Amino acid sequence: MRDEEKRTQTTHRLVTRRRLLALLGGGAAGAVLAACGGSASPTAAPAATSPPPAPPTKPAAVATSAPVPTNAPAGATGATPAGGPATKPAGAVSPAATSATAASAPAPAAPSAAAKPAANGTAAPASAPAGIGLIKGPFPGEAQTLTGAGATFPAPLYTKWFDEYAKLTGVKVNYQAIGSGGGIKGITDGTVDFGASDGPMSDEQLKAAKGEILHVPMTLGGVAVTYNVPEAKDPLKFTPETLPAIYLGTITKWNDPKLVADNPALASVNKDIVVVQRSDGSGTTYCFTDYLSSVSADWKSKVGRDTAVKWPVGIGGKGSEGVAGEVKQNPYSIGYVEVIYAIQNKLGTGLVKNAAGKFVEPQLDGVTAAAAAAADKVPADLRVSIVNQVGDGVYPISTFTWLLVYKNMADKAKATALTRLMWWATHDGQKFSTDLGYAPLPEAMVKKDEEKINLVNVNDQKAFPGQ
Amino acid sequence: MSGRGDRCFELTAAGAAAAAIATLGALALLLLVYSWPSIARYGLSFFTTTDWDPVAERFGAAHFVYGTVATSIVALLLATPVGVGAALFIGEYAPLRLAEPVSFVVELLAVIPSIVYGLWGFFVLAPFMRSSVEPALRDSVGQVPIVGTLFSGPIVGKDLLVAGVILAIMILPTVTAISREVLRAVPDTQREGMLALGATKWEAIRHAVLPYARGGIAGALGLGLARALGETMAVTMVVGNSSSRITGSLFTPGYTMSSAIANQFTEAAKAIHFAALVEVALVLLLVATIINLFARLLVSRFASGPVGA
Amino acid sequence: MAAVSGALVARRPLSQALPGELRRRMVDRIAMSLIASTALLGCAVLLFVVSYVVVRGAPAIDVAFFTEGPKPYGEEGGGVLPAIVGTLSMLLLASAIAIPAGLGTAIYLSEFGRGAFAHAVRFALDLLAGMPSIVIGVFVWSLLVRQVIGRFSGIAGAVALAIIMIPIVSRTVEEILRLVPDALREGSLALGVPRWRTIVGVVLPTARAGVITGVMLSLARAGGETAPLLLTALGNQFLSFDLTSPIASLPVQIYNYAVAPYEDWHTKAWGSALVLVSVIGCLSLVTRIATRRARL
Repeated sequence: MRDEEKRTQTTHRLVTRRRLLALLGGGAAGAVLAACGGSASPTAAPAATSPPPAPPTKPAAVATSAPVPTNAPAGATGATPAGGPATKPAGAVSPAATSATAASAPAPAAPSAAAKPAANGTAAPASAPAGIGLIKGPFPGEAQTLTGAGATFPAPLYTKWFDEYAKLTGVKVNYQAIGSGGGIKGITDGTVDFGASDGPMSDEQLKAAKGEILHVPMTLGGVAVTYNVPEAKDPLKFTPETLPAIYLGTITKWNDPKLVADNPALASVNKDIVVVQRSDGSGTTYCFTDYLSSVSADWKSKVGRDTAVKWPVGIGGKGSEGVAGEVKQNPYSIGYVEVIYAIQNKLGTGLVKNAAGKFVEPQLDGVTAAAAAAADKVPADLRVSIVNQVGDGVYPISTFTWLLVYKNMADKAKATALTRLMWWATHDGQKFSTDLGYAPLPEAMVKKDEEKINLVNVNDQKAFPGQ
Repeated sequence: MSGRGDRCFELTAAGAAAAAIATLGALALLLLVYSWPSIARYGLSFFTTTDWDPVAERFGAAHFVYGTVATSIVALLLATPVGVGAALFIGEYAPLRLAEPVSFVVELLAVIPSIVYGLWGFFVLAPFMRSSVEPALRDSVGQVPIVGTLFSGPIVGKDLLVAGVILAIMILPTVTAISREVLRAVPDTQREGMLALGATKWEAIRHAVLPYARGGIAGALGLGLARALGETMAVTMVVGNSSSRITGSLFTPGYTMSSAIANQFTEAAKAIHFAALVEVALVLLLVATIINLFARLLVSRFASGPVGA
Repeated sequence: MAAVSGALVARRPLSQALPGELRRRMVDRIAMSLIASTALLGCAVLLFVVSYVVVRGAPAIDVAFFTEGPKPYGEEGGGVLPAIVGTLSMLLLASAIAIPAGLGTAIYLSEFGRGAFAHAVRFALDLLAGMPSIVIGVFVWSLLVRQVIGRFSGIAGAVALAIIMIPIVSRTVEEILRLVPDALREGSLALGVPRWRTIVGVVLPTARAGVITGVMLSLARAGGETAPLLLTALGNQFLSFDLTSPIASLPVQIYNYAVAPYEDWHTKAWGSALVLVSVIGCLSLVTRIATRRARL
């Protein structure tokens, strides 16, 4: 009997061993077992349920609470103490921002209130007919696909452009919003046809690239300081002193005297500030830290500016939405996002004191004014920072966003397609900007873009065919 | 003639087999080459410093290692009782008619892709943890000295604890399936001997089955751990992706090695930043490999070892 | 005999139980219910996840979902056709690489493999099987995206998926081939059939179901991989069959849609997850049925 038992045990053991080894071999643990002689099982398969018929899709997520059109002329007094307390509850967007929301609604709404004042703004956008309508349709010999990657900041505008552009010319421009850092890396390694970034490349990065890279400004936007403070009924005011201090962790409470000085409503808010930042490489971060560096020597020496930095305090959200989400979910938090993301998530957006001492909202006019103020400082390579510009209406945390392309390209078909795309975007494409919350390029900048586009060449032959 | 055909055939097959070795070799070599600037520059301090500062070009991966270790431990602590319990149920208690569907359902958990767990964690688990579980933990266990530190601080909902819970779910099928096989390999004489002495079923399991299966179950846990270490997408979506500090609290948003790679790899524009990330991948590779091998050794030794008892 | 005495102990009515024994039996009961509840918990988690995917994903499923591409940010409608096409074409190419390689490896290991080389191959396969998929992504990026091809591409994505599939195919098939009785091989060889024809003509067909199973398992695993594709195939909002360019895939699409700030995209992410889970669930189910039929 002893022997008998031993033998059965050995057989048993061998079988088991085989099953165990099978388990180890396959990786997909349980499933492999089934394949390698697992006993038959009933046919229950919850995962394989066939989908029931679909009800209609939901309405827009970007539902606007109250589209209050403000017609504040650009550049005039950007220091508008925010329309009125009106109907909004704590943390609601300011009226000016709301007007942009209305404009950004997905429906092809008629040029809304927000678009007009911007068009009449200090820096006239590319309404000049020259260059518009040059790209009429497909062009023989151009590449049918282009690949770009980079900034999330202008992604809503870019995907709109490329959708329209595909309809116009048939050229499919694949754009992947993986972050500005990704755009810079992509063009440096040449793994994409063009990069996109809200932060200009550094000299060091330009050296690492496979050839000379051109910066072509595409549009303008502002980085909103967004917060979640239930007690704050009016937009909070931030200064070049308080913002760096909050992000350095030297101001830790909402009722800090420095904050209360501008915001009496905060006097009773004895709460810790939850600081939120981007966790990934981001042009928004570049713009924001660029601003902090330009107003605070302390920040400049301790942290500096880049697409990713070592944050002294705070929690991280992935992408602009991640930051917006964290701010939304955490009472008494503060974060920074491109304006459109704050609006879409109905977050409070703060006023920021500019170099002229005025508190300005993050809206198109303030951004346009910032670009106008920096107009004569634009260097030849167009790597211009427009944070903290001087001017009454200037919103100080504004930035251009660039396409990054090689000046000397090898592939003629791609160079043709790319230059035509850039021409179209910087001319015809500008009309989509305001609807999505971006500021159109100043006319002077469009002229500079044209020069850059004309520089792109294949074997010393100009790539842009002129139509 | 047939000899030549055979020879060709064998060589072709051997060539395919060699491809596996070649792939592995190329993989290790390439990672080593690409991470070399970082290895040479930071040496061992890479693992001891918490700086991850792309501006100043100081890179230390201690945060990521910490996040990986913390989430994996949480996952193991949660998955062990459930996984081994389910295996005991399937192997020791349930009648065959019930055991098969239960094991099938648990195994299906292994089939669901990581990204789907991530989606679920992002939209369902994280908000639930933030609104219900974590405040409750903070108000109860969080008040206990020492242990309480684990459950203190501001609640964000995207943190090490949530990532640990998602990981626990994901390694559950691994732990269950292998534990079940290990239990099946325990000779019946073990159980019968105890039962003959008048022990209850639980006592038989507790004193005869589990001690016997100890090594194999440890191996099952090891394989689960290896899977948890390398999981990327689900973790990335709920872990918070922040490396600002190590607080000791599980409510802190963190980074794991894999999520750091997923977040930053295509964005690391600076050469040294990129090299540092590849080094993180290399470390991940080494750690996962070592744990995997060790666990396999445990399980296969259990499966083939000399008859005990 | 042992079982009988155990049963006797268990059957004695509680009222007659000794105090110590009562405690022991209580502990037994508690342990049993705890163990049963862990199994229940495991099943509940699966049902919970799957039901969420079905309930949240079903509203996204309509004709446009399968026939159109994504819309620009913030615009409603569109679908995930490019992602479905991309996933399928990458899986196709990955299979074209992984099935021959995996089969060859399996045949070598089960039919020829002896000694140190076979040992090394098994070891390498074990390591590859346990490799975190993100590491495979880093490898393929470094090799193909940066060096050989020089750009993000569907080919790079397919190679990454193939590396994930090879160990699954080869180890599964090897196990199945080992189950083929030696008598079959011997019979064939005895008839003067060369070894290679014996393997191709006798052994493989006998193990057919198992081979298919291995391939399906690997497909189910590779079809849901996200991390390596993020680094290799990138993505594409347009329909593309061109594997030399970046191409969309369902898992990456789910990730991008989930973290974006648009409710409509969230719904589409759930819908894509539903499609993915359904297809992978079906593959697993078919695998099970095939295995059962093979055993009958």
